[in-house]
Amino acid sequence: MSAHDHADHDHTHGGAAHGSLKGYLIGFFLSVVLTAIPFWMVMTGAIDNKQATAIIVMAFAVVQIIVHMVFFLHMTPASEGGWSMLALIFTVILVVIVLSGSLWVMYHLNANMMPGLHEMREMP
Amino acid sequence: MASTAITAGSEPVFHLEEEHAHAEGGSTMLGFWLYLMSDCLIFAMLFAAFGVLGGNYAAGPAPKDLFDLGLVAVNTTMLLLSSITYGFAMLTMDKGRVAATQGWLAVTMLFGLAFLSIELYEFAHMIHEGATPQRSAFLSSFFTLVGTHGLHVTFGIVWMVTLMVQVARHGLIEANRRRMMCLSMFWHFLDVVWIGVFTFVYLMGMLR
Repeated sequence: MSAHDHADHDHTHGGAAHGSLKGYLIGFFLSVVLTAIPFWMVMTGAIDNKQATAIIVMAFAVVQIIVHMVFFLHMTPASEGGWSMLALIFTVILVVIVLSGSLWVMYHLNANMMPGLHEMREMP
Repeated sequence: MASTAITAGSEPVFHLEEEHAHAEGGSTMLGFWLYLMSDCLIFAMLFAAFGVLGGNYAAGPAPKDLFDLGLVAVNTTMLLLSSITYGFAMLTMDKGRVAATQGWLAVTMLFGLAFLSIELYEFAHMIHEGATPQRSAFLSSFFTLVGTHGLHVTFGIVWMVTLMVQVARHGLIEANRRRMMCLSMFWHFLDVVWIGVFTFVYLMGMLR
């Protein structure tokens, strides 16, 4: 059964798998709190300013994603000899470029090509 | 990996000095993680499309007319609970308790099914009110994004059933443990995507 022993050894240092009961419970508690607060904020309109609410809600989402990565997906810089983290960082960079690029470009396209607004004002 | 040159006659011969055994499936976790990252890019594209088109209602219904945040909160709870119960399945698997593992997998599956049912109810309700994917760019991108996530959950449940059959037949053998870990990553990853969905689609939609 040496193959089995080897495999056991392999997946323990594989890193992507093992958590503890405490870890899962902390992660669950944190994500419940981090979900409940933004829902409560939006549903009750706790803050009058919509833009401020939006920014706070997004901040909560970012924190919750990190909580899930750490406590549920067990990401550490050492998982799979660092390759998981490298792939994650690369993906995050691509996601940021895709999202911010699309929103930025299309916002300006809309703002500048909106028929009527500029032309109407410049008409004699 | 070291290679040595042994001069046999005049021609140098290269061969690998030691091919140390790699356990079967030793790189599966990393490979699966890379798949999840590419899946993440699919969702990034769909989020970008929703971000761009999410305000184009074509004089049709807006998020405020359609979304019921209470229902979304229940849905989110279902997915969160399924995440923690999958965690419990992993913990009991580590202790080698087959029956408990199967039980937690079944509970996870039920929460997943509850999530899907609520989502389908929401979709059916929206379509019944005339908010079909064809109605506006906002609704097309909404159904594509949330539907793709729902499809992932569906396949996760199919996978879970398959895995339960596998565990019932062969027990918690090495291959099944590996599959459990892959599904664990898949399931928690779907939860991460859902955080993005409820934040950007539902909560931000209500703030528009």
